[in-house]
Amino acid sequence: MFENPDLALVDWSRAQFALTAIYHWLFVPLTLGLSFIVAIMETIYYRNGGEEWKRMTKFWMTLFGINFAIGVATGIILEFQFGTNWSNYSWFVGDIFGAPLAIEGILAFFLESTFVAVMFFGWNKVSKRFHLVSTWLVAIGANLSALWILVANAWMQNPVGMIFNPGTARNEMISFWDVLFNEVAVSKFLHTISSGFLVGSMFVLGISAWYLISKREELLAKRSILIAGIFGLLSSLLVAYTGDTSARTLAKAQPVKFAAFEALYDVTQNADLVAVGVLKKSEKKIGDKDLNDFVFKISIPGFLSVMTGGDQSAFVPGINDLINGNSSQGIISVAEKMERGKTARNLLNEYKTAKQNNDLMRAEGILGMFRDKKFNDEYFRYFGYSFISKPEDVIPGVQVSFYSFHLMVILGFYFILVFALALYFLFRGTLQSRRWFLWVALCSILLPYVAGEMGWVLAEMGRQPWIIQDLMPVSAAVSQIGSGSVIITFLLFAVLFTILLIAEISIMIRQIKLGPKH
Amino acid sequence: MTTMISHIFLQHYWWIIISLLGSLLVFLMFVQGGQSMIFSLPGNSLQKTMIVNTMGRKWEFTFTTLVTFGGAFFASFPLFYSASFGGAYWVWIAILFSFIIQAIAYEYRSKPSNVFGQKTFDVFLYLNGSLGPFLIGAAVATFFTGSQFSLNEMNQVKWATPWHGLEALLNGRNLALGLAVLFLARTNGLLYIINSVEEKELVARSVNKLTMNSIVFLVFFLFFIITLLLSSGFAYDQGTGTVSMEKYKYLHNLIQMPLVMILFLAGVVGVLSGIGITLFKGSREGIWYAGTGTVLAVFALLLIAGFNGTSFYPSSYDLNSSLTIDKASSSLFTLKTMMYVSFIVPLVIAYIWFAWKSINNKRITEEEMKTEGHIY
Repeated sequence: MFENPDLALVDWSRAQFALTAIYHWLFVPLTLGLSFIVAIMETIYYRNGGEEWKRMTKFWMTLFGINFAIGVATGIILEFQFGTNWSNYSWFVGDIFGAPLAIEGILAFFLESTFVAVMFFGWNKVSKRFHLVSTWLVAIGANLSALWILVANAWMQNPVGMIFNPGTARNEMISFWDVLFNEVAVSKFLHTISSGFLVGSMFVLGISAWYLISKREELLAKRSILIAGIFGLLSSLLVAYTGDTSARTLAKAQPVKFAAFEALYDVTQNADLVAVGVLKKSEKKIGDKDLNDFVFKISIPGFLSVMTGGDQSAFVPGINDLINGNSSQGIISVAEKMERGKTARNLLNEYKTAKQNNDLMRAEGILGMFRDKKFNDEYFRYFGYSFISKPEDVIPGVQVSFYSFHLMVILGFYFILVFALALYFLFRGTLQSRRWFLWVALCSILLPYVAGEMGWVLAEMGRQPWIIQDLMPVSAAVSQIGSGSVIITFLLFAVLFTILLIAEISIMIRQIKLGPKH
Repeated sequence: MTTMISHIFLQHYWWIIISLLGSLLVFLMFVQGGQSMIFSLPGNSLQKTMIVNTMGRKWEFTFTTLVTFGGAFFASFPLFYSASFGGAYWVWIAILFSFIIQAIAYEYRSKPSNVFGQKTFDVFLYLNGSLGPFLIGAAVATFFTGSQFSLNEMNQVKWATPWHGLEALLNGRNLALGLAVLFLARTNGLLYIINSVEEKELVARSVNKLTMNSIVFLVFFLFFIITLLLSSGFAYDQGTGTVSMEKYKYLHNLIQMPLVMILFLAGVVGVLSGIGITLFKGSREGIWYAGTGTVLAVFALLLIAGFNGTSFYPSSYDLNSSLTIDKASSSLFTLKTMMYVSFIVPLVIAYIWFAWKSINNKRITEEEMKTEGHIY
C-alpha cells in the first residue's frame, strides 16, 4: 500500500494545491466580508430610503461582483483537485470528507448563486424587501460555504468521528456531529470567517480613505468608514479571541505544530510565550534536522503555560519531548508510534491476505481488532507513522511556522489599532485632517490578505508531513500520475490565475477611480 | 439483512440523486450552448450583448450544479471520485479549465480596463461553451463504453495508458455522445434565447439556427443510442461480485425497467416537441418542453448505467476493477446522513424556481441593455 512514492510528484502536487489555495484565498475573504458590509448598507437604505445609501450599496456591490467571480473560478479547482491529484486520499477518507463538500453545494452554493442573480439584476425587478433578503442570503450563503469546507479541513487536522474499515481500506464516518462540532472546526470556522470580515472592512476603509485623500465622494467615504470601522473593529477583536481559542485547540490536537510555531524545543513548565523573535540555525540537531536558536526574542514569562494549561505550572511539550518521548508526561516517542503504526498496517495486509486465502476466521479476528477501541487508541491512531522513515521527518518547518504565526499575530493587533483609530478620528470629526492616517488606512488594504495567507501557510505547512493528522502522510495520498503531467498543469494554473488576477486588479482599480454612479 | 437492504436502498437512492443532478446539469448547459454561438448567432453588437446577458444571468446555476454534482459524487460514491478524477486526469483538468475561464468572462468582458479586451473574454465564453458540454458528454459516455484503469487490493487506481483519459476521445461512441450533448446544449440555448429575449431579429436568427443544430443533435444522439442498445454492456453479478460483458445489456435494462423506458421515451418526445412547436408553430415556450425532455432522457440514461446489475464506471482494461453502485458507495452511515441532508433539496428547488421567476418575469429588451446598472 502506498509504496515508493515519487517525491517529485508529491512535491508538485503539493505545489499545485498550494498555488490554487493561495489564489483562492486572495478572493474569498473579501467575498465573506464585503457581502455583509453591503447587506448592512442596503439594510440602512431599506429602512431610511436614502438614495445615497442605495448608491453606496450599489458601488460596493459592483466591487463585490468583480471579486466574487474569480473566487468561484478558483474554488472549483480546489474541490476537484482532491480527486485529480489526491485520489488515494479521496478514497481513504471520502466517506467522511465528501459529505461536507456535498452539503456545501446543496446548502450553501445554491443559496449563494440563486440570490446573487437577484442581488445584481433584481433592483428593478423585485421588491425592495425581496432584494434586501436576497443580499443577506448571499452573505449567509457565502459564509455557510466557508463553514463546510472548513469542517472538512478541520477534520484533516483533527480526525474524529470515524472508524477504519479494513475490508474497504478506508475510514468511515460513525458520528456526523463529532465531525461537524470537532473543536478544531468550530474555532477554525469562527477564526476564518472573522478574518474575512476584517479583509472586507479594511478594503472598504482603505478605499474610502483614498476618496477622502482625493477629496471625492466624501459623504460616501465617511459613511462607509463608519460601517467598516465598527464591523472591522468587532471582527478584529473576534479574530484575536478565536485565534487564541484556535491556538489552545492546536496545543491538544497538533502539539508538534504548536511547538513549531513557538520554536519550542525543550520546555517543561512555566513556558514563555515569544511575542517577537528572530531565529537562526543552531549547531544542534534532532536526527538530521537542524534546530533553531533565537538571535533575540521578547517573551511574556510563563504565558504559554497559562494559555494552554490554565496556570504557570502547566507542562508544554517542546519538539524534543514530542519526538523523543517523555515518559513522565505520558508522551510516547515517534519511534514507538512508528512501531505501533506498522503493527496496524501489517494487520491490514494480513487481513487482505486472509481474505484472499479465504481464511475467514483470521479475517474476522482482525476485523474485530480494528473495531476495538483500545486497538484504535493505541495502534491504529498511529497508522500514518508506518510510512515515516525517520522520527525527525514529522517535524514541520520550524522557521516557516514561527514567522507565519508571529507575523499573523502582530498584524492582528495592528488591525485592532487601525479600526479603533478610524472610529476615534471619525467621531472626533478630525478624520479628513489626519492625512497620515488616511494614507496608513489605504496602505493597509493588503495587510489582512498577508495575515490570512500566513494563517493558511501555518495551518497547512505546520502540519506537514500529514495530509490527515497521524493517519496519512501526503506522500501516501497522491494520485498515481506522472510528475510531468502535474508540472504542466501547475504551470497552466499559475499562468491562468496570474492573468485573471492582473485583470481583476486592473478592473477593480478602474472602478474605484470611476467611483459610484450618479 | 435489514442493514443490507437499507444500504442497497440508499445506494440506489443516491444513484437517483446523482442521476438527477447530472440530468439537471445537462439541461442547464443551455448556457454553454448559447455561449458557443456568441460569434455566429448575433447580427450586431447589441444582439451579442443580449445573448451574453441572457445566458450570464444563469451561468451560476450551471456552475453550482456541476460543483454539487462533483461533491455529491464524492460523498456518495467516493471510489468513482478517486478512480475517475485521479485516473482520467487530463479530461477532468480540461473540463475544469473550461469552467474557470467562464466564471470570470461574464463579469470582466465589458468592464473598462479589463487588460485583455472584450474579445479575449468572449473567446473564453466560446471555449467554455464548446468544450464544456463536449468533454462532459464524452466523459459520461465512458459510463457505457469503459475506461482503461485497474484498482489494487486497497482500491487505489492505476491508469493503463499514459494519456490519462484523453484516449477516450479516440472512441467514436464517446465522441458521438460528446457532440450530441454539445448540440443539445446549443439547441436548448437557442430555445432559451427565443423564450427570454424580446428582439425580433435575434429571435428570427435563433429560429433559423435551430433547424440545423437540432438535426446535428439528432444524428449524433441516434447514433449513440442505437449503438448503445445494440452493443454489449458491463453486467455485474452481485452474488459472485464479478463483472462480465452481456450482449444488449442496456437494451435489457430498458426492457427490464419499464418505468425507466417510459421516462426515456417521454424525454425524447419532450425534446422533439420543444423543437417542433418552436419550428412549426412559432411557439416561444419550446425550452420548457425540451428542457423537461432533456432532464427525463438524461436521467433515464444514467439510471440504466447504474441500475439492474450494471457497472456504472466500467473498466475495459480490467473488468473486475469496474465500479458498481455497491462497490463504490460510501458507508451506510454516511449515505443515511446524506439522505437526511437531501431532504432539503425540494426547498432548494422551490427557492431557485421563485428567484428564477422573479428575474425572468419580463423578457430581456434592448432598452434594458441600455439602462440596467449591471450589464455583462
